[in-house]
Amino acid sequence: MSALTVLKAGPLSLLMDGGRAAWQHLGVSASGPLDCLSAAWANRLLGNPVDAPLLEITLGGFSAEARQDGQLALVGAPLPAHIDGQPLATQSSFILRAGQTLSVGFGARGQRAYLAVADGFSAKPVLGSVATQTREGLGGLHGDGRALQAGDALHGGSRLLTRQVGVPWRFQPRCAGQIRLRLLPGGDLSRFTEAAQQAFFNQAWSLSADSNRMGMRLTGEALAEPPVLRYSRGMSLGAVQVPPSGQPVVLMADQQTMGGYPVLGWVHPLDLPLLAQLPPGGQVRFTSISLDDMQAEYRAHTAFFAR
Amino acid sequence: MHIEPAGACALQVLLDEPPSAALSARLAALAQQLRQWPGIVAVVPAWDSLLLHYDVMQADYHQLVERLCPLLSQLAALEPQGAAEHDTAREHCIAVCYDHRLAPDLPWLADSCGLSEAELIAKHHSARYRVGAIGFAPGFAYLAGLDPQLAQPRRATPRTQVPAGSVAVAEQQCAIYPQASPGGWHLIGRTAQPLFDPSAQPPSPWQVGDRVRFVAIDYATYLAQGGAP
Repeated sequence: MSALTVLKAGPLSLLMDGGRAAWQHLGVSASGPLDCLSAAWANRLLGNPVDAPLLEITLGGFSAEARQDGQLALVGAPLPAHIDGQPLATQSSFILRAGQTLSVGFGARGQRAYLAVADGFSAKPVLGSVATQTREGLGGLHGDGRALQAGDALHGGSRLLTRQVGVPWRFQPRCAGQIRLRLLPGGDLSRFTEAAQQAFFNQAWSLSADSNRMGMRLTGEALAEPPVLRYSRGMSLGAVQVPPSGQPVVLMADQQTMGGYPVLGWVHPLDLPLLAQLPPGGQVRFTSISLDDMQAEYRAHTAFFAR
Repeated sequence: MHIEPAGACALQVLLDEPPSAALSARLAALAQQLRQWPGIVAVVPAWDSLLLHYDVMQADYHQLVERLCPLLSQLAALEPQGAAEHDTAREHCIAVCYDHRLAPDLPWLADSCGLSEAELIAKHHSARYRVGAIGFAPGFAYLAGLDPQLAQPRRATPRTQVPAGSVAVAEQQCAIYPQASPGGWHLIGRTAQPLFDPSAQPPSPWQVGDRVRFVAIDYATYLAQGGAP
């Protein structure tokens, strides 16, 4: 029995899970939620595994009708949500009864909200994951990488919990217009000119509207003379690539597995959610972090969500 | 050769030597070995590098580097064996149809290279290729070994849609587009052989270090093999 029927899918609503990182040697993108913190919280509120399949709703414009009673959670961008017209608090779990319609409108802050259901949505995994990769045509509800469409039936999730819970206030997503990203400097950084290195750290970059799940494009005073790489090599999440234009690109979950542009460093994986929620035109600054500090925090995060 | 972090959950091994068949064979052997280690998520060898994605809950950067260093010097010392391995590398034979209907850039490329179309085709399928890297798209293999006479810069404006199976060249490389996708390389033929199928095991036949050769087939054979017109 289906849990939800999609009435309106909005500009980009995608079935997501932890992704298919194990296939990167064949050129398959790792994929996964752009705001991994909000996704993890949405699942945690329902007692799901951290990577249980859920929906990534980009910007809003989503509505769905429940076919059975179910417990859900909506976490991430504070988009205006309603059940049959009654306002619904986000960043918490809630019950949706059979016949009720959940709608998630367009909001003033944030870019992405995550809708999870108790036990997770079910779909046939492709290469071990249901994560929707639209460019590669992999995953999603039908396995072909298509974004959700009106009429789609989402299965799974009839478990009802006895209590409703919310994301603790201090962990709620901060959907700011100005963010600071911690960067592990490295890669080809030392091959950039001294001036370019300073220009990278000293300016506020602006997020380009031409950004997507592959990469977040930053615009600002161009970095002069980026070095040229002889050969493409493997690329990892959060890499800050600098193409010949001198305008950096931060690689996100749907990044290509290889790249041919020089890299200045890697954004802390737990700071990528800030970027995922930043509106076009939002300001980005970078500060440095060490590998040990970054990994210690990431390990604590992973251990917390594994409990 | 050196090793450096590549973000919170990856490290990059850079070999600091020019790409070669022997280097690809060594990188492939190293990748195979590393995939057996605990906590390794993915190993992505490329032309002169190897990216190791690991699970920070099961593996530690500093310990990985400690384990990698002796292995890498061992591999470097085993150069002759690397060459032997290269001889036993798997070989893929890809049937290519160079018919004009499937090769929109053939006339332009032949002209730019100062060759007749027949000469270009002969040079393309008589060369021996090797998988140097896999990326760009699922199952997309970058092949080294293109006849230098066929080297031309990629298109100034990429095509928005290249048909699946297109055999393409650019710079000193050759590749086959496994799925329809945008692309900036010159299309000189097409194969009917599937090169990426997520339901197959393995989903793609390629592995860095593999040898590849092409055989020419006519349009009727291409269609009979299931190629799209």
